[in-house]
Order: sequence, then structure tokens, then C-alpha cells
Amino acid sequence: MRELRDLAAKLLSEGTVQVVIGWEDGPRGVRPAFVTDPAAARNLVFDERCTQNLVPYLSPRRAHVAKLGRPAVVVKGCDARAVAGLVRETQLKREDVVVIGVRCGGVVADPSSLEALSPATVADRCPGCTAREPHLADHVVGELPPPPPAESRRDARIAELEAMAPQARWTFWQEELGRCVRCHACREACPMCFCERCVADKTQPQWVESSPHPRGNFAWHVTRALHQAGRCIDCGECERACPVGIPLGLLNRKLAQVASEQFGHVPTDDPAVPSPVGAFKKDDPQEFIL
Amino acid sequence: MHATLDKESPFEPRLTAFVCNWCTYTGADLAGTSRLQMDANVRIVRLPCTGRIDPLFIIKAFERGADGVIVSGCHPADCHYTTGNYHARRRFAFFKELVEFLGLPEGRITFSWVSASEGQKWREIVNDATARVRALGPFASYPGTALPAFPATDPHPNSIATAKGAAR
Repeated sequence: MRELRDLAAKLLSEGTVQVVIGWEDGPRGVRPAFVTDPAAARNLVFDERCTQNLVPYLSPRRAHVAKLGRPAVVVKGCDARAVAGLVRETQLKREDVVVIGVRCGGVVADPSSLEALSPATVADRCPGCTAREPHLADHVVGELPPPPPAESRRDARIAELEAMAPQARWTFWQEELGRCVRCHACREACPMCFCERCVADKTQPQWVESSPHPRGNFAWHVTRALHQAGRCIDCGECERACPVGIPLGLLNRKLAQVASEQFGHVPTDDPAVPSPVGAFKKDDPQEFIL
Repeated sequence: MHATLDKESPFEPRLTAFVCNWCTYTGADLAGTSRLQMDANVRIVRLPCTGRIDPLFIIKAFERGADGVIVSGCHPADCHYTTGNYHARRRFAFFKELVEFLGLPEGRITFSWVSASEGQKWREIVNDATARVRALGPFASYPGTALPAFPATDPHPNSIATAKGAAR
């Protein structure tokens, strides 16, 4: 923690960056901090409550953050993949941001619960994590903590759903998606949803109905998941931001499985690796095409 | 055409086909000029390339009352624009897995490659897809769905043209 604070203070006082985006203690767990004063760098923290991905603040949509000046951002290994995603898709120049990586031993699913990291509270994406040490970072701080606990519950849940009859699965998802209030928090929290104008906001013609209606909800969630196919960096922010608890992580994870099984793609923090949609191989699997 | 639009039949599916201009549309045209008999349940939407087919088109077709969808274009290595169908193939691989995971049964959406000379294959694709969707039943009555039919009187409720027309 001291290493992180000293580094942030140094970057700010040297003028390398004008703002350090990190986490600080707040009244309800940790919250994002935008540190512009070297003295305030002592407030920065990193522990298992730092679930939030801070990379969305680098999106070109966030003009109010860009106004603060050249940023440094504190990232976990999974968050670093979002920086790579923005660089890969030319939303961000790598040299325009200083990336401070933190070595991570897993984070809790609900940072406001104030419970310690345990197999019951760990975030779905953490078990089996292969990105605990960020490679993309300019500076990597902290000791590598022990690996996160527990087996992944998510893959088991996907297998369980896939074993169901299609109609039962449809009913399950209609109930889940039926709760959607179309607040689009999943989109706002997502580091990879950076379009200036989202297709869901278009009205001429209206591709996705904007009212919380089963028809529009289905179209929106299919669209959101597909636009993330092969691009999702699996930070879990969409699911965490969802006010009605739709298991969006299952959809993202399912498409990540397809990307991995059919196209050999795994999320990476190497910006040079192309995402599977937008690239192709001549011998891609096509058993489903008659 | 074939006597499939039978008034006595309890359910005749409506299928929307999104096809590319260069191969499948021409193939379907060949099927027509060859006087091949086939099910008359398919409405064709012609697009420049399979790469132009946004998965939202397919969702929209289902929203507006289609019971099934056919997506068809040039065989790999045959694309008029060189690589459009390769890109489409990856996109539809994701799309197919996603909608099936969401519970849409296999068979409502048919993907195929039909070249300009394959009028016969187009007939088989159309007849097979229609038979599959007929067996699955109407999409609107799919259990658990709350997808009501779109109001037929006002197909474009948000369009300016309709609003002006209503004002007049």
C-alpha cells in the first residue's frame, strides 16, 4: 500500500501525470478516487474490496475525467485487459496513460458487504485467475498475495443451464431479463462500451425498444452480449452495476467459452492480439452452416 | 406455388430469409426461373453481403412476427467482397450460441451457403427450414415468452412519416 501511495505521489509531484485514478476508503467500502494533489495520495488503498474496474474512466466518453489532465490508473490484472482493449480499438494511445498495476489475490463480489474474502464472497471471475500480475503496466506494485479461493461456480451454472430443455432455459432467461428496467447501467459501467452513440439509443429507426418490455429487453441483452463477444475482458462490472441482479456474467462467460473453444481466443492484456470478431481464419468451424 | 399455404392447415409458419445479393439471391432467382416448386412461406430480404447482416435484423424479424429465419450467402472463398462471409461466419457462430443459450431452440434459425448455381439447394433449404419451423410451432406461443404481436395498424410507431400522417 505504501509503495502504491509513494509511487502516486511521485508521479504527481514530478508532473508525469496530473491525476491518479485509484481507490480510497469511503463511508461504504472503497470508492474511486481522482487524486490530483500529491499529499492526497496517502488516501489510496488497494485490497480485496477494490472490485471496481477503473478503466471505464479512461473511455473517450468521459470528457470530465479527460479534463483533469494526463492520467495514471491503478489496475488489477483483469482491469489491465481493458486498457489493452481500448488501445487495441484505438480509443486510447498507450503512451497517453500511465498504468500502475497491482498484484491481486482476488476481490470480493460485493465490496459494500464489508465481509472478508472467502470462498463464499469471492467474485465469480476470480477463481482460477491467470492475470494476477498485470503485464501491461508501467509500474507493478505490491507483493503477490495467495491465489483466490474456491472453484468457479459460473461454469457449473452454465453447464447446468445448458443441460436444461430449450424451453425451460427460455423461461429462465425471460424471468431474469424481465426484471430489466433498461437503465443501461451495464453499458455505462463497461470499459469496452465506448460508442458515442449506442445502437440502443437510436430512434430512426429504433432497433431496440427503449421501454422495459420483454421484447426490447431481449433485443438489448442479445445486442449487449454480442457486442462484447470476444471483446469482454471479464471484469464483471456489468453484473455488479445491475440494480436488479440479472446474471449478465453468465452471458459474457458463455460467449467467452465460444471464443475460446471455436477461435482459440482468451482475454489478454496484449493489445497486439486481435479480438475474434473483426478477424477470421479461412478454416473457422462452420458445422452450423448448411 | 406449392399448395402449402393451405387455409385448412392450423399453422403456417412465416420465415424471413436474409440473403446476399450475389449468391443466394441469384440462386433463389435461379430456383424461380427453373420453375422449382417449393414452400411459399419464406419472405426474402436481399442485402449486399452476409457481412451486412446485423444479428439485430434477425431479432427484429422475430419481434415483428417471423416464426423462423434463414440466413444465407456465398460459400467461403466465393464472397463478392472477398471476406464478408468470413466475418459473418464468426459473428453468427457467436449469435447462434448466444440465442440457443437464451433458450431459442435449434431450428428456428437456419444458416446456409447457397451459390448462384444452387437453385436446387435453395429449394431444399427452404423446404427443410419451413418443415422444422412448422414442427416447432408459432414463435409467439413459445412457452414463457411475453412477446405480444406488434400492432399491425401502426408498423412504425416512431417514424416521423406516421406521426405526420396521423396529424393530417
